[in-house]
Amino acid sequence: MSGSDPPTTDGSVRDRLRTELREGDAGLIAVVMGSIYVLFTIFAVLGPAQGVGGVVAALQAVTFWTALYAMLVLALNLHWGYAGLFNIGVAGFMAVGVYTFAAITAPTGGTPPGLGLPLWVGVVGGMLMAAIAGAVISLPALRLRADYLAIVTVAFSEIVRLSLLSTTFEQFTLFANVPFLPDIPLGSGAGRGINIPINPTIPVKSLYYTNPGNPASGSRTAVGEAVISAFGAAGVRETVVVSLTYTLVLIAFVGLFYWLLRRIGNSPFGRVLKAIREDELVANSLGKDTRLFKVKVFMVGCALMGLGGILWETQKGYTDPTATTFMPIQTFYIFIALMIGGAGSNTGSVLGGGLFASLLFLGPQYVSRIFSKYFVSGDPPTTFVAAVGPLGSLDPGPLFAYTLQNVSSLRFVLVGVVLILLMQYRPTGLLGHRKEVAASIDLFDREGPSDSDGPRPAADGGRPPDRSVPPEGGDRDE
Amino acid sequence: MSEDRPTAEAAEASGATASADGAAAERAPDGTEATSSEDAVRDGLDPADASLVVDDLAKSFGGIDAVDEVSFSVERGSLTGLIGPNGAGKSTTFNLITGVHEPDGGRVSFEGHDITGYRTAEIANEGLVRTFQIARELEEMTVLENLMLAPRNQSGEKLLNAVAPGLRGSVKAEERELREEVWETLELFEIDHLAREHAGNLSGGQRKLLELARALMVDPSMMLLDEPFAGVNPTLEEKLLDRVHELREAGLTFLLVEHDMDLIMEHCEHVIVMHQGQVLAEGPPAEIRSNERVIDAYLGEDV
Amino acid sequence: MAATERVADLRLEVAERPKTALFGLFVLGLGVDLLLKVLGVEVTVGSTTLVGGTLAASRLITLVWDGIVVGLGIGLAGIGLSMTYSILSFANFAHGDYITTGAFAGWAVAWLLAGLGSGVLDGNILYLLTVGFGPEGPSAADLSVNAVSNPLAVVAGLVVAVAATVAVSLVLDRLVFRPMRDQSGIAVLIASIGVALALRYLLVFVFGASNRGLTAGGPKLILAGVSGNVALATERSTIILASNGGVPSDAFYVELPGVDFGSYTAEILSVTSAEVTLVVTSLVLMVALHLTLQRTKLGKAMRAMADNQDLARVTGIPTERVVRATWVIGGGLAGASGFLMALEQGTLAYNLGWVLLLLIFAAVILGGIGSIYGAMVGGLLIGLTQSVSLVWIPSSFSTAAAFAIMILVLVIRPDGLFGGVTTA
Repeated sequence: MSGSDPPTTDGSVRDRLRTELREGDAGLIAVVMGSIYVLFTIFAVLGPAQGVGGVVAALQAVTFWTALYAMLVLALNLHWGYAGLFNIGVAGFMAVGVYTFAAITAPTGGTPPGLGLPLWVGVVGGMLMAAIAGAVISLPALRLRADYLAIVTVAFSEIVRLSLLSTTFEQFTLFANVPFLPDIPLGSGAGRGINIPINPTIPVKSLYYTNPGNPASGSRTAVGEAVISAFGAAGVRETVVVSLTYTLVLIAFVGLFYWLLRRIGNSPFGRVLKAIREDELVANSLGKDTRLFKVKVFMVGCALMGLGGILWETQKGYTDPTATTFMPIQTFYIFIALMIGGAGSNTGSVLGGGLFASLLFLGPQYVSRIFSKYFVSGDPPTTFVAAVGPLGSLDPGPLFAYTLQNVSSLRFVLVGVVLILLMQYRPTGLLGHRKEVAASIDLFDREGPSDSDGPRPAADGGRPPDRSVPPEGGDRDE
Repeated sequence: MSEDRPTAEAAEASGATASADGAAAERAPDGTEATSSEDAVRDGLDPADASLVVDDLAKSFGGIDAVDEVSFSVERGSLTGLIGPNGAGKSTTFNLITGVHEPDGGRVSFEGHDITGYRTAEIANEGLVRTFQIARELEEMTVLENLMLAPRNQSGEKLLNAVAPGLRGSVKAEERELREEVWETLELFEIDHLAREHAGNLSGGQRKLLELARALMVDPSMMLLDEPFAGVNPTLEEKLLDRVHELREAGLTFLLVEHDMDLIMEHCEHVIVMHQGQVLAEGPPAEIRSNERVIDAYLGEDV
Repeated sequence: MAATERVADLRLEVAERPKTALFGLFVLGLGVDLLLKVLGVEVTVGSTTLVGGTLAASRLITLVWDGIVVGLGIGLAGIGLSMTYSILSFANFAHGDYITTGAFAGWAVAWLLAGLGSGVLDGNILYLLTVGFGPEGPSAADLSVNAVSNPLAVVAGLVVAVAATVAVSLVLDRLVFRPMRDQSGIAVLIASIGVALALRYLLVFVFGASNRGLTAGGPKLILAGVSGNVALATERSTIILASNGGVPSDAFYVELPGVDFGSYTAEILSVTSAEVTLVVTSLVLMVALHLTLQRTKLGKAMRAMADNQDLARVTGIPTERVVRATWVIGGGLAGASGFLMALEQGTLAYNLGWVLLLLIFAAVILGGIGSIYGAMVGGLLIGLTQSVSLVWIPSSFSTAAAFAIMILVLVIRPDGLFGGVTTA
């Protein structure tokens, strides 16, 4: 998992590992996340006292949100970073994935009813519907220029959300008037939302509980007993342990997304995407049907967004259309995380997700809690008026307290400012400047007979051919 | 030319230029197609030997007739020159032939079948490849990548093949083969020392070489070259022209836009002269050189 | 002879642009259906209605009026967006929050003045200035802000809304957009998303996230048929009394001469003072803008830059003077639109402009980017689409219908109605 240059393969395993950690991307991610963990440990320790349990809970929360954002940012990277498709309707595709999943897995007798099918069918179905939605959108949208595509995708996202809110789809019957096909009652639940009892946390819970759907009504498994008591002894709450395990699952999915994107990028397909992103006319002039490439990559990205949405939202066991997850602003957060990490870089996407989730999303709350603990006593004012009034008598206390209380709004002012500064000074983000070679093999490793006549003078007077590149042991393994 | 030459309305009504996004056009019924392209072929050339036939192409931009009823044919395996003062409409003609713009009228046929209104990618896949006057190398990609991009029908361009664990192996194998060809081409063009460079770092002449090499890697049957040797040193230019003639022997057809008159006179067997959007004259270089109207056009234009 | 030529031309047009023709046919079909509905004619096949049905004329008139009201508000806001799009070459995603800023600034002052007028100013100044952010304070009913009972508050509010938004636009241009003049439109678009977020959540910080009521009730004007005549009144009760013969002496009631519909008695249209304020102010502002563009040198320069992309390219980056004028006019109108829309809705929340933004984009795209008149017309069309579509589809989809129109326009004719054509 390195950048443009493959690491040297001489030396022992330990040397290679050290090189990988120092120079490779795994190392970079480890370092950044490690620093974040240290920071949040400090936050947890300084904040309202919750002991070891509090520290673990904080680290779990950071990892949880990092993983969720990393997944969605990677999916968006496929669209924007790889193919140059300005899709800001991510929330809409997440919604399609989530609601399809819910409709498929909800029990047939529930309100609203579903198909009662197993978990994996729901996941596949959700991804499939999201991909189909992507295909439908691509018909009009993919040939539009970037800003129009942005507007259309946001419009699509809103149409999805408004449809889910609408009472028209609250409860309906599929194939009601179609002969030969069975009537299938389904529903979106409209404003009240939909229950999602079968969701990706169930397999996780089944490790620990005999009745994963309703842990309280059953007992713990042997594994569950062991793990929960062990963590419990350290002061970690039971729910945190379960969340921690789910977070590990999420990390696995992040790895999957990363692997998939690497494969796509390092291939002839990825090469064509790169070409399309830079100069679509050239790609066409070389015989590549750019429309087809764009549709394919769009559909895959949308499917990933659907999957990410399912993992993000359904773990609550319930969802409704008013969730922030389905609003355009959620897309903007994901987009900002991508810009921070650097569009086009997969490692950047993961880092961007981590930095956004920790420093911009969760961080401010932790910081404000610390300041509140030490510097604020009593109840903070609930209105701006109440906070500003005392300024007349030179008392900044209430304003300070009010600010801390409302850091959840202010953090988005910070997010906005960060985005502005980013676009002004470093539009490529952290790692976007990286130019990775798009091929499934190492292009610089020649197998054919080398020219033994010595360096040839270059045609236009430049340097002679560079034969000093060490032959690599093998093809870069993807 | 016969009365069957399609008028603008008839061409549109037959669907040649109907849809705005240039979806694959409906072809005219077989009868008219054969007749019109046969009729469009110049005297003295057997239609079966004509690789590219341009018939009455027209395109205007905002009231200016950039291309005005241009007709010519290019013999297979020839090195044909297309010359004319700046603004004569040569690049626009290339754009019309390759589907970058939709013609307002006229037809284009390549190897016997009508490609008018086809999309650029389809035309390139038919084997008709062009280079650009201002080289459009992909700056973010290395020279190697630029070339690896070009070959047609790479199995790895199908998403499933690129990703699936079992299928990726054969993609890699194919890439290894292509890599060898790419390196050979780089050496032929003497830019192999630039392989690692991002195309954006190349000089003007080097970009032209890359442009040409890349077009060659598509394995075309006909190439439309738009000033391919601008900025290339004469020795290399000679060497590449030798290669062009080799490829001609093998059946590749070339239509070459150039301002270097010596090159045209020395290497082309047939020359087409355009001026102000129209074909002024065509014929063997010697004839063109002494053609009064051609001389006037160049003098008048203050080239 | 001429007819056959016309038909041939039409057939050529249709062949050239099949999608536009199809869409035109669709709209025509809707029009026919609307007509049949109003006439009460129904065409059925079996038990399903093909076309027609029933639709009270008054309902249609009300829908059209609603569409015009909202449409003018959107159009007013759209002018600024269209201008920034064409002169500064980027889609300003913060435009919605400029609207909201104007609304809050204007309403803070309006409430302050209304509070002054109602005598509830004491101890409530900050409450009024944050437009009711807090648990205690005078209610909207106490203040009764509307153009009839409190014209000063409304006018002052409007002026402040415009001024504040102009100020904010200029400051933001200086801080954010001017340093980015040489960057691509997409980069600036992304930056504008940052501006939108920052602005919006600053407003939340100061004014709170709640949706507050601004006005309570207010005078309205009713147009009704009374025993065959057309009359105007201010109370529904007056209409009822009038149709029974007796009109109270202190009630406002005017019968319009001329028309006679037999015994037709029904309410035709009811308009509120807020709606009238919005309509009148919008039209006045648009006319003022039109005059500015036509008569002044600056106006001519702006029209030239907006219309003619090639000219803009040739002359390079627009002069700072033109840019400033763009923000002043565009921002000012956005602020006015925000204030008026809040007045018309009767409520104000921090996402007022944001929820409108997509509709405004739809209006601008429909009208053609860069065309100021296009923005106005586009706004009206979008407003009407959203409103009249209620005849056929449930209200939860009316906004979606407007979005669908926008997507259709982008697919069929991205230039919009007036795009690529001179604005005057």
